[in-house]
This record gives sequence, C-alpha cells and structure tokens, in this order.
Amino acid sequence: MHITQETSERHTLAVIVDNEPGILARIAGMFTARGYNIESLTVTDISEDESVSRITIVTSASAHVMEQIIAQLDRLVPVHRVIDLTVLGQHVERELALVKVAGVGDHRIEALRLADVYRARVVDATTTSFVFEVTGGSEKIDKFVELMREVGLVEVARTGIVAISRGKEAA
Amino acid sequence: MTEKSGADILIEALVDLGVEVVFGYPGGAVLPIYDALFQDGAGRDRPRIRHILVRHEQAATHAAEGYARSTGKPGVVLVTSGPGATNAVTGITDALMDSIPMVVITGQVPTALIGTDAFQEADTVGITRHCTKHNYLVKDPARLGAIVHEAFHIATSGRPGPVVIDIPKDVQVATARYQKPGPIQHKTYRPALKADKTLVEAAVDMLAAAERPIFYTGGGIINAGPQASQLLRELARITGAPVTSTLMGLGALPASSDQWLGMLGMHGTYEANMAMNRADLVIALGSRFDDRVTGRLDAFSPHSKKIHVDIDRSSINKTVRVDLPIVADVGHVLEDMIRIWKARQHPKPDLDEWWRRISGWRAKRCLDFDDQPDAIMPQRAIRNLYDATKHLAPIITTEVGQHQMWAAQHFGFEAPNKWLTSGGLGTMGYGLPAAIGAQLGNPNALVIDIAGEASIQMNIQELATATQYRLPVKIFIVNNQYMGMVRQWQELTYSSRYSESYSDSLPDFVKLAEAYGWKGIRIERPDQLDDGIAAMLAHDGPVIVDCLVTQLANCFPMIPSGAAHTEMILQANEVSGTMDDEARALV
Repeated sequence: MHITQETSERHTLAVIVDNEPGILARIAGMFTARGYNIESLTVTDISEDESVSRITIVTSASAHVMEQIIAQLDRLVPVHRVIDLTVLGQHVERELALVKVAGVGDHRIEALRLADVYRARVVDATTTSFVFEVTGGSEKIDKFVELMREVGLVEVARTGIVAISRGKEAA
Repeated sequence: MTEKSGADILIEALVDLGVEVVFGYPGGAVLPIYDALFQDGAGRDRPRIRHILVRHEQAATHAAEGYARSTGKPGVVLVTSGPGATNAVTGITDALMDSIPMVVITGQVPTALIGTDAFQEADTVGITRHCTKHNYLVKDPARLGAIVHEAFHIATSGRPGPVVIDIPKDVQVATARYQKPGPIQHKTYRPALKADKTLVEAAVDMLAAAERPIFYTGGGIINAGPQASQLLRELARITGAPVTSTLMGLGALPASSDQWLGMLGMHGTYEANMAMNRADLVIALGSRFDDRVTGRLDAFSPHSKKIHVDIDRSSINKTVRVDLPIVADVGHVLEDMIRIWKARQHPKPDLDEWWRRISGWRAKRCLDFDDQPDAIMPQRAIRNLYDATKHLAPIITTEVGQHQMWAAQHFGFEAPNKWLTSGGLGTMGYGLPAAIGAQLGNPNALVIDIAGEASIQMNIQELATATQYRLPVKIFIVNNQYMGMVRQWQELTYSSRYSESYSDSLPDFVKLAEAYGWKGIRIERPDQLDDGIAAMLAHDGPVIVDCLVTQLANCFPMIPSGAAHTEMILQANEVSGTMDDEARALV
C-alpha cells in the first residue's frame, strides 16, 4: 500500500498562551500526538506580570494540515491566539547562535575574518579558541556554521527562531 | 468567612454546581475527601452528594458518561492517585472522543512527594493531557474552589469533554476561604455560540436551491440539548429533505419518521449511503466525518456541496473539505435557519424525483434477514426486544461489536438521550457501567445494556454495584460465543483464520447473575425468545438474559473499510475473496 504525501510549506507561527505550568508540554504534545512536525520552537514569558508567554513554532506542512495545526492549537484552553506569520505577510525572523571554534595560527586569523563578514561577535577567547555570537536568519547562521566547520568548529548552540510581523500593528 | 479544608471546599463547590451523584472508589490519596463526604452526609436526612461505589475506576468513568448522556448533566468521578487515576484513563479518553461532559477528581500524593516516585504516584496531569479537554494540578487550596467551577464550565460548554482536577493530599487537608464565584469569564476559553448571519443565510439559500439534499446529523445535536433535536425535526419538516445520522446521532430524528433513512456509514443502511453518494447538498450538523462514516474519502459524496455546522473549528476540513463551514452551536444555527427559511417564505422544495430514487434504494430492504427455525438470529433477538419495550421508551446502552451494530440497525430510537454507546473510542466494557449511571440519573426508566458475551466480561464486576444500589438494570447478552466483529473481519480480510476470536470457557451467565443477587434467564430457542424477554421485563430488579444466538451470523449491510458507499455488501453471500492490503490497513 502507498502512503501519500502532499507538498509541504514552511510556516512560522506565533502562539500566545497563558503562562501556566505544563503549557509547553501541551503545545508540543499536540504536535507529536497528531503526527505534526516541529522544526523550531522557542518560548518565553513576554508580559510584565509573567502571565503570558509567546511561543514561536516553525513547522512544515501542506496547506490542509496547516489549517488543522492552527485549529488544534487554537482550541487548547490556555491558548489566547495563534498567528500564522507566514500567511499574515512580511515578518522578521531572527535566531541567535553561539559557535565555538578552535585552532591556531592561520585558522585563528581566518575565523576572525569570516566572523567579521558575518557580523559575529567574539564573546570568549582563549589562545586556542573563540566563542562567536551570531544573530540573523537561520540561513545566515547555517552558512556561518558551515564555514566555521572548515576552520575548526567544535560546538554550536542555537536558540531557534523568534519572529514578529513588520509594521506598526501587533499581529 | 471561616476557612475550610480543601476537601470541604471541593464538596461545597460541587454542591454549588448542582452535583448530586459522584461515581468513585476510595484510596489513600483521597481519604480526606472521603472523610469530608462522610461528615457532610452525617448530619442530614440524606447526603447532599450521593457517592456510588463502583468496583473498578474505569467503570466509574463509564457510569459518569451514562449519567451525563442520559440526563444532560455533567458526570462526576472521584478516584485516588496512581492506579486509581490510570484505571480511569480509558473512560476519560472515551468521553473525549464522544464529547461527553465529565469532571474527574483524582487524588495525588502530597506536593512535597511529587516527583519522588512516591507510593501510588503517577503523573496524572501528564498522562491525561492528551485525553482531556483540559486538566489541572491544584497546588494552592485558595485556588481550589475557583478551579472546580472553571473545570465544570469547560467540561460542559462549547464542545463538551472530560476535565481532570488532580488534588494533592496536603491540598485537601490545608485550609483556605471559599466563596462561590460569579459567572465564569475565562481569559482565553470563549467557545463560539452564534453563527455569522450571512453564513446561515448562504446555507438556507443552498438548501432551497438543492435538488438532492441530505441532512447528516451527529452526536453534536444530542449534546446541544433536546431543543436542538426538536429544531432538527422542524427544519426537516419544512424542507422535506431526507435525514441520516452517525451512530452517536441516533434519536435526534424519530426512527419512525418517513424522512429517516437510517444510520449512515460502515454498517449503515443502503439507502442512507446511496443517498449520501448521490446527494448534491450535504448539511452536516454536529457530526465530524469519522472514517466509519465516510468510507473511502475520495469517493465520499463526490457530487455534493457540503455545509458543515460544528462548534469545534478543528472538526471542520479535518478529513473532508467543505464548501460552507459554520462554527457555532448547532442548536442556534438550526433556530436561525428555520427563522430565515420562514422569513424568506421559501416554499417546500419539490424533491419528488429525489424521494423516488430513495424509495428505489429502500426497496432493497437491506436490513432484512432470514429467520432460522432452530436458531435465534441475532437481528431477531434485537427486533423482538425492541417490539416488547418500545412503548416504554427504554434507555439502551451497548458494549462494542456486532451486537452494538445490530442494536443501532434494528432498535428504533424516537428521542434523544436514549442511546448510549461508545462510538469514537469503541470501548468494550462500556455498556454495563453506563447503564448503571443512566439508571441512577433516571430511576424510573427501563435501562437495558445490549451486550456481547465477550464485551460484558470487560466490566462484569459492576454487577455488584447494581446489586448494592438496587438498580434494576437489564443486561441482554447476544451470545454467539465469538468476538463477533473480530470474527467477521477475519472472514472478510484474513480468509476466515479465526485467530483468538472464539469465546472459550464462558461463565454460566445465569449462575453468575444469581451469585450477585440478580435474576438470570437463558434463551436458547426461537420459541423462548418472547417469553424470556417478558420475564426480564416482569422482574422488579436487575436481570441478565443470556440469549444464545446462531454463532456465525454477520452484521450486514457493510461497507468494507477503504471502500466507497456504493460498494456496499448487502448479504453474506456477496462477500467475495479477501480485501487487498490497502483496505486491510484501514480496518
């Protein structure tokens, strides 16, 4: 028998939720229970009184499945609203990465030169290593990490995507 | 205002919410609540909250479902931590799948012990996260009262469902103030009720213009209250359109109505499935296009426009794409549709041609069966049970399997809230505890659990519960000594290799009945059928009828899994060969 698959598109969702215990498990669990995919997930409290969190989820799905994902998220009791930033229009996406590179001699010079091109900052240095902090779209970070691999990449830590719509209105 | 213990707050809140019956089973982590129940009842003529001691926590949940489905009030369950809570999970999942309002209170180990693998500890909130509409772990006794009220609001409003409140033992003992809250205004949870007027107007226009319309109704109509069923009858009357329903929707339109086509789907009628296939407009009301209804999706009602009214937005476009989605309470939408239809002075549409075609399909008489002289046909057993009891408007519960489908096909339901069955989850062991819950909620009603000999054994310990509370429930076992539906599928899809589907070592159900203080009746031959049923009805107390039916009868008509509505098998002799891999995987 055949298992058919529809073409999928990448979407970035902002999910505004009550900041209550277990909410992340509730959101992430909905994805696993229904067989949906999560590519990136970030979450933190965004309100002054710690009552509301913003969860940014990047997922790839067909248009039909995306509609379901949003509806299923929306019906969870602690969810205030779900915003599909990809459908909404232009938005800004950023990710932060910490990239550790080790090496001596020409490798150090090359690492610093490339970091400069990518506007990565040195946040730690020893005689044989650097830790760079780099922010930007995921593709930029992918590219930076790829280049560092040739220079002496040791370790990478990435935050996952945060995103917000452009313009003066709240989404 | 004086402070009360968490346990006392819980009881005050339940009383304020109008709870009269709790189904439960005590244990270490809920002893403060049980003591509070005892003390609350001690100084009164009769307790404000009646506790029904079941014999297994799964049965507590099904009893609560039976109570809820037959009365329209939420079912309430009280169980202990760990095994108490995990035993309840099947019934909680069942209630979620069938949208039954239910609140389950679970005990939890003291907060200081949570996470230490303490005795009888389980992560109840974690375990039940996926099988509840919402759940809570209460850590502050001052929040307990508000949480209980909020839990009932969530369980009963919108698309109803189960809500779990997990209460650690120290929170039950700690004291706090309790005040009955006003109307609940939840921060985020605001279920839709009224529909957008332009959408309803569009629906009415589509209905007025349709040549081959069909109403496809589900459990949502029953959940929307008896008024919604009345409105459906009115809308059906003024439009003249045929009506079919899901398993859960039986009784919304009277089975005796001329416009009733019978149930739809895998074991639905030929006329309902053919009409669905040929319709030019489907009006889905509180039904969710379950795979047991649609059959092969790409062949489901291929020529129709589809209107879908559902209170749960996530039910819309989940499996079947619809042309006009309306997210709202189905009762409100029906009311609006009738009002708009009348305001526009639509005449009754001319559906003569459509009804002529339907009559042709009806003429197949797809539910007919051949009576045998020496053996009781299961369909005959159900028909005669129906004929003998219909004037009493009984509440029918079922277990799961062939007997369930035969009951759905051959027992006619004239009113909502009379048919209690496990539809979405298909839980064997549902029927007896559900009957107990229904009987408690409807003390004067005739309540019958139509059971199979395999299913009834899944919660057979509940015979004791009915005995203890003098509940005159009747169990009518359609006994063919097989897990019949399993065997039927093994015939269709596995060349009759009856792997483990024979019910060997059956108990003597008559002696079993007597052991629990029930009356036991055995029916073995066709000529004993009516007398046996009469004896069951005449007995003022619980009865098990063990009705031995022919062993190899199968439930037809049937749409094999993965087939289209037009590929219906009407009789056993139409079964040819076995299904291919694709169909087998869908079973």
